[in-house]
Amino acid sequence: MSHSTEAAAVRHPALQVPYRDFDQQRETATLGMFVFLLTELMMFGGLFCGYLVYRTLYFPSFLEGSRHMDLTIGAVNTAVLICSSLTMALGVKAAQQGRGRAIVFYMVITLLFGCTFLALKGVEYYQHWHAREVPGFGFEFVSQVAGVDPRRVQLFFALYFLMTGLHALHMLIGIGLVTGILIYAHKGHFTEAYHNPVENVGLYWHFVDLVWIYLFPLLYLISRTHT
Amino acid sequence: MSAPSVAVEPREHYLNVDYGIRSWLLTTDHKRIGVLYMISITVMFFIGGLFATIIRLELMTPPGDLVTSDTYNKLFTMHGIVMVFFFLIPSVPAVIGNFVLPMMVGARDMAFPKINLLSWYLFVIGAGITLYAIVVGGVDTGWTFYTPFSTTYSNTYVFGSIVGILFAGFSSIFTGLNFIATIHKLRAPGLTWRRMQLFLWSNYATAVIMILGTPVVAISLILVAVERVWHIGIFNPALGGDPVLFQHLFWFYSHPAVYIMVLPAMGVISELVSTFSRKRVFGYEFVAAASIAIAVFGFLVWGHHMFVAGISIYSALLFSIMSYLVAIPSAVKVFNWTATLYKGAISYRTPMLYAFGFIGLFTIGGLTGLFLAALGVDIHVTDTYFVVAHFHYIMVGGTVMAYLGAIHYWWPKMFGRMYPEGWAKISAATIFVGFNVTFFPQFLLGYVGMPRRYHAYAPEFQVLNVMSTAGASILAVGYLLPLIYLIWSLRYGAIAPANPWGSTGLEWQTTSPPPTHNFEETPVVSEEAYAYDKHPEMEFVA
Repeated sequence: MSHSTEAAAVRHPALQVPYRDFDQQRETATLGMFVFLLTELMMFGGLFCGYLVYRTLYFPSFLEGSRHMDLTIGAVNTAVLICSSLTMALGVKAAQQGRGRAIVFYMVITLLFGCTFLALKGVEYYQHWHAREVPGFGFEFVSQVAGVDPRRVQLFFALYFLMTGLHALHMLIGIGLVTGILIYAHKGHFTEAYHNPVENVGLYWHFVDLVWIYLFPLLYLISRTHT
Repeated sequence: MSAPSVAVEPREHYLNVDYGIRSWLLTTDHKRIGVLYMISITVMFFIGGLFATIIRLELMTPPGDLVTSDTYNKLFTMHGIVMVFFFLIPSVPAVIGNFVLPMMVGARDMAFPKINLLSWYLFVIGAGITLYAIVVGGVDTGWTFYTPFSTTYSNTYVFGSIVGILFAGFSSIFTGLNFIATIHKLRAPGLTWRRMQLFLWSNYATAVIMILGTPVVAISLILVAVERVWHIGIFNPALGGDPVLFQHLFWFYSHPAVYIMVLPAMGVISELVSTFSRKRVFGYEFVAAASIAIAVFGFLVWGHHMFVAGISIYSALLFSIMSYLVAIPSAVKVFNWTATLYKGAISYRTPMLYAFGFIGLFTIGGLTGLFLAALGVDIHVTDTYFVVAHFHYIMVGGTVMAYLGAIHYWWPKMFGRMYPEGWAKISAATIFVGFNVTFFPQFLLGYVGMPRRYHAYAPEFQVLNVMSTAGASILAVGYLLPLIYLIWSLRYGAIAPANPWGSTGLEWQTTSPPPTHNFEETPVVSEEAYAYDKHPEMEFVA
C-alpha cells in the first residue's frame, strides 16, 4: 500500500488533478453544481422577492398587467419545457448506462424543445413590443379600470421582462451547454465511468425549467377568473 | 571541493517550476492564484488608501478648502468601493484562503482549479472596469448606491462602477464555491470535520455567505443599472417604485458581507493564537460552531442599517434583537482566544502581535456595534462619525490586522523566506498606534454630532480631526513598511525552514515553498487539530 505508486499510476485524461478517482470527481462536481444552483436560486430569489412585494402593494395594476400576457403561448411553453426536462432526464440515464448514441439522440430533442421555447418567447416579446408594452421603449398604457395606475402597470411589465429575460438568458446558456454535450457525446467522450458533465448540464437544465414553472403562474395566472 | 560530490539540485517547488509569464497567467495552481490575488489586492489597497489620504487631508481644516464637495463625494465613494469590494472581501479568503486552504485539508489543489483561475480573471476585469470608471470621472453615490439618487440624479459613472462590482461579485461566488466543494470532498484520509483547523471552519462559513448573499446584491445592482439606463421606476417613487426595497435587497447581502470580511480574519486569529501560545484553542467546538452561527445570524440582521429609513417599529425591534444575538458567537470567540492564552507558552512574534491587536480592536468595534444595534442610540448617532469609527474598528482594526498577521505567519510557507522580525514588530506597533489615533477620535466626533460624508465641518470639531489626520499619517507609514521589507525579504530574507513556528497545522507539514501538488505523499490525519500537548517536540526553529 505504498503511496508512491499513486503518482506513477497512469491517470485517465479526464481525471482532474485534485481527485483520487472518478467517484470522488463526480461527487465533487455534482456538489459544486448544486452549490452553484443555490447561487442562481438566490439571484432569481431577489427578483421574485421584489416582484412579490410590488404585487402585494399594487395588486390591481399587476392584475391588469397580467391580463395582457398571452396565456396560450405561456401554457404551450410550459408544456414544451416539461417535455424537454423528460428528454434531458432520459439523456442523463443514457449517459449513466454509457449509451453514447442515445445521449446524442436525447440531446437533439432537448435542443429542439429549448429552441421552440425561445422562439415562442420571441413571438410573445414581439407582440408586447407591437402593443407598446415594453418599459423604456415607448411604453404606453391606458386603462379605465379603477385603481389601476399606468406607472405601476409599467412596473409589472418591467419585472416581467427582467424575470423572463433573465430566464431566457439562462435558456440560451443551457442550449449552448447542451450543444457542447451533444458534440462530445458524438465523439464518444462519455463512458459509464466518466459522464458527470452530462449529469451536471442536466441539473442546470432542470433548474432553469423549474424557474419557469414558478414564473408562469406568478406572471400569467394571477387571476384569470373575474373580469 | 569539500562539498558533497553530487551537486545539490535545487528542490523543485511551485515557484521555480516555471518562470514564464504564461505559466503564471494560465496557472491552475491554487498557490500561484493566491499570489496573483495578493498582488492585485495590494494594488487596490494602495489606490483605496490614496483616496483616504486625500479625505483626511481635506478634513484637517473646518472649511472645504482642498477639494470641492463634489470631488469629496467621489473620494469617499471610491474609497469605500475599492476597499470593500476589491480589498477587504477578497483579502483573507482569496489570498490566504486560496494559498493555505487546500493544504490544510491535505489536498493536491482546489476542487475546481480552472474555476479558481476564472475567479481571479473576473476580479481583475472587475477591478479594471471600476478603475476605468474612476479615471474617467468617478462615482459619487456612496458605496451603498442608494436609490433614487444612484438611479436618477447622480450624473457620475454609476453604471461602470456597478458592472465592475458585478464582476468582483462573481469572482467571490466562485471562490466560495471552491471552498465548499474542497472542504466537503477533498479532505485527506482521517481529517474529520471535528479535526479540521478553525481557519477551515471560518472560511467554510464565509463561503456559505458568499454563495447565498452575493447573487442578491448582484441582482439588486443589475436592477439599479437597468433603472438608470431605461428609466424604469423599480426603485424610484416618482415612477411607482420603492427606494426602501432597494435598501432591503442591498443590505441583505451587504450586512452579511461584513461577516465575509471578518469571519476569515477570525479563522486567522484562531491559528495564530494557538500556534504562538502552544495550546489547543480553548473550546474548539464552540469556536467552530460560532463561525456557523455568525453566518446564520448574519443573514437576519440587515434591517439595523435601516432604522431611520421608515421601516416599521416592530420589524426594527426584531432586527435590533437579532443584532444583539450576533454578539454572542462573536464574544464566544473573543473569550475563547483569551482563554487559550491562559497558561500558554506565549511568544511575541509579529503575527501574534497582530493577533493581540485584532482581539483588542475587534472587541471595541464589536461593542460599539451593540450601541448601534440599540434603536435609541442608533438614531442619535446614525450617519455620524461614530458609525465610521465603528466599522473601521472592525474592518481595519479587525480584518486588516488579521490579514497582515496572516501574511507574516504564512510568508515563510509562501516564499520560503523569513521576514525581518525587527522591522515587522516596529511596523505592527506603528499600525496599532496609528490606527487608534486615527479612529478613536472619530467615536468622540460622532457622539458629539459630526455627520459623515461632508467635506466641511463646524470649527469645534477641528482638534479631534487633526488628531485623526495625524494618526492616518502614522498609519500610512505602518502600511508602507511591510510593503518594503516583505519585497526585500523575497531576495535577502533568511531561508525559511519547512515549519518555522513548529505548528501542528497540516499546511506546515510540507516543504517551504510547497511543491506544485502540495504534498509528496497524501497526508493521513490521525489526531485532532492543535494537539500541542501531544507534540512537545514541535518547536520554533526560526
